This record gives sequence, structure tokens and C-alpha cells, in this order.
Amino acid sequence: MIGPLYPQGLLNPEYNLLIGFLIGIGFGFLLEAAGFTNTRKLAGVFYGYDATVIKVFFTAAVTALLGLFIMHNMGIIDVTLTFYPKTFWIATLIGGAIMGLGFIIGGFCPGTSLSAAATGKIDAWVFIGGVMLGIFGFIFTYESLWEKLRGMGKMGKVDIAQWLGIREGIFIFLFVLLSVASFYVFQKWQDAWKNKLSKEDIDELGL
Amino acid sequence: MKENKRNKYMNPYLAGFLMGILIILAYYFSGEGLGSSGGYRDIAFGTLNAIAPDYAQSNPFVSSHVGEGHNPTHTWLVYELLGVIFGAILSAAIFGRLKWSIGKAPHLTTKKRLYLALIGGILWGVGTQLGRGCTSGLVLSGIAVNSLSGYIGLVAIFGFGFIFAYIFKNIWLKTSK
Repeated sequence: MIGPLYPQGLLNPEYNLLIGFLIGIGFGFLLEAAGFTNTRKLAGVFYGYDATVIKVFFTAAVTALLGLFIMHNMGIIDVTLTFYPKTFWIATLIGGAIMGLGFIIGGFCPGTSLSAAATGKIDAWVFIGGVMLGIFGFIFTYESLWEKLRGMGKMGKVDIAQWLGIREGIFIFLFVLLSVASFYVFQKWQDAWKNKLSKEDIDELGL
Repeated sequence: MKENKRNKYMNPYLAGFLMGILIILAYYFSGEGLGSSGGYRDIAFGTLNAIAPDYAQSNPFVSSHVGEGHNPTHTWLVYELLGVIFGAILSAAIFGRLKWSIGKAPHLTTKKRLYLALIGGILWGVGTQLGRGCTSGLVLSGIAVNSLSGYIGLVAIFGFGFIFAYIFKNIWLKTSK
């Protein structure tokens, strides 16, 4: 069957939610197993002492990108029928800057904080409390503060390769190259740190 | 001393590869990307709808998700997040990492860490709603389908992240005076 199944009515809603639950189990397992519940490992990407986040994140992106590209071209899935985010570049740029600040201040992002809270990290519980406060704050001030801004930079569903005016395959090839280069650079950066970290730090980070 | 598994992590490339497979499966079966902040939002909508349904239906940000025929918490993302909880506990149990603790750089006080976690969380709450998703739903799942939006999120979150990391480096690094 050509995917995506649920959006075409080929999967009943209960099974769809069950699949969401099962995929979530895998996602939570991998986040924990890779060390993403350790806030110092997450922060490490920004200071260079831990390259784990870069490796996991870009390997996941490359795998999914290549897989879906091949499946789309073989007619196994029609990506245009999936959740495909519309671009609002100004809103996302400003929202992203706020998230970047939140990452450094708070040491988590929403997915990692949930895994961390589930496994006993008290700071992650506090972080999640903050996220909920932030969302409620956003809802209550939506009309007065955010409604206009959230719609700014509206471009619709935009494919980055088309936007750059190059072929999809070439773009993906460049993305893979950049990812591999980033593994190399961040590994070098991590190696350079190794002598400066204490033994306790290296142990805790599992480096 | 017996070697403990507590500080052993899965090979990052293997973890990333398997995560990529999960994204493909999520798109194939459900047409959804892996996400997190969307589930938090759905729970906020559901809570608001339960406490103040009239307000929820009058707020333009919330109204399309509540009311007749809508169950704001009965969504794919909420079920996925429930799974995340189970999966994380399973892995932590296997690796012997299930215990109460606070993650922080050693020089930072616990009190300060918790205040910062709260503020950071609030920023994420606002940022995700304005920017339409977080590191997983906006960036990772966006990149997976070549969406420009995912790349803008990537550049914004990590680009500004590096700038703020430099400014606030005393949170994570002991800067000697």
C-alpha cells in the first residue's frame, strides 16, 4: 500500500493512535539510551565538549531524509499527503531564537525533558512546568501579542531544494556531506576538550 | 569494582539511525513526524477546555481544536508522548539510570539550576507556539521532508543557541576568575 496510510483512510483511527504510542516508546527509548536525558550532554554540543547530540541528530535526519526520498521516488509513499510544515519564516526565526535561549538557560528541549522527567530528573519536571506555563501564557496573550507575529513571513509549503533552485537529489547529497563534515568537526572539538575535563566529568558524560 | 552501565550510552550513530527509521515509520503509517511540543500544546488545550470551555472556544488560537467533534487530547502526538515516557523508563531501567537526581554542572547551585530550568521551560513554551514546533516536530521532522521551515528552525535554534551559549557560558562551564 502506498503511504501515508492514515491520511488516506487506510488505517483506522485506533490503530493510528496505537502506532503513535509504539513509535513514542521507541523514540523515548532512544532518547534515553543515547544520553539525551543528561542535560550536560545536551549543553555539550554548544560548548564542544560532547559531540553526541550532533551525531544522533544528524544521523537521524540523514536516515529519514534519504529513506523518505527513495520511498517517495519509488512510489512507496506520497510525502505531499503527510504532515508537511508550512513555512512562516519570520515567526519561526523569532520563535527559534527564543527556543535557542531556552535551550541554554533550561538545558533541555520539550522531548528530552519528558524522557528526563520520566526517569527521575527533578530539573526536567520543573522545566516541563515551565513549558506548560509558557504555553498557557502564550494562549492567554495570543490576541494581544502573538496573533500577527505568528502569521508573519507566510510562504506556504516550501521545499528547500526548490526554494534554492537546485535538484532535490543534489540538495540531499550536500546535506549528507555537511552532516559528515559536522561529525568530524565536532569530534575534533570534543577531543580537544578531553584533557581539560575532570575525570568525574568524563565519567558522568560517558565519553 | 564491578563496571556499571550507568554511564554507558548507545552508539550515537546507531541511535540516530534507529531514530531515523522511526521517523520514516511515523510518516508512512500516520503521515506524522515525530514531535513533542505539539503534544504539550494538545494537553494545554484539553486542560483549558475542561476548565473553561467557553473561553477555549472564544480564543482564536484554541478554538479550532476544541468544541463539537473535537477531543484535543485524543491526538497522535499525545499518544506518542505517552509512549516516550514508557520508552525512556524502559531504557533507564535497563541501563540502571532510574533514580531521582538533578542534572547540572557541578559548580551551579541546585536552587539556581531549578530557577533556570523553569525560565528555560517558559521560553520553550512560548517559542514553540510562535515558531510552530520544537527540535523534533519542527526541525528533525521538517528536515526529513525537505521543508524550508525545518531548516529555518535548525538555523534559528542552533544558531542563536551558540550565541546565547557564549553569553551564558557560566551556567555550564566553570569560568575561572
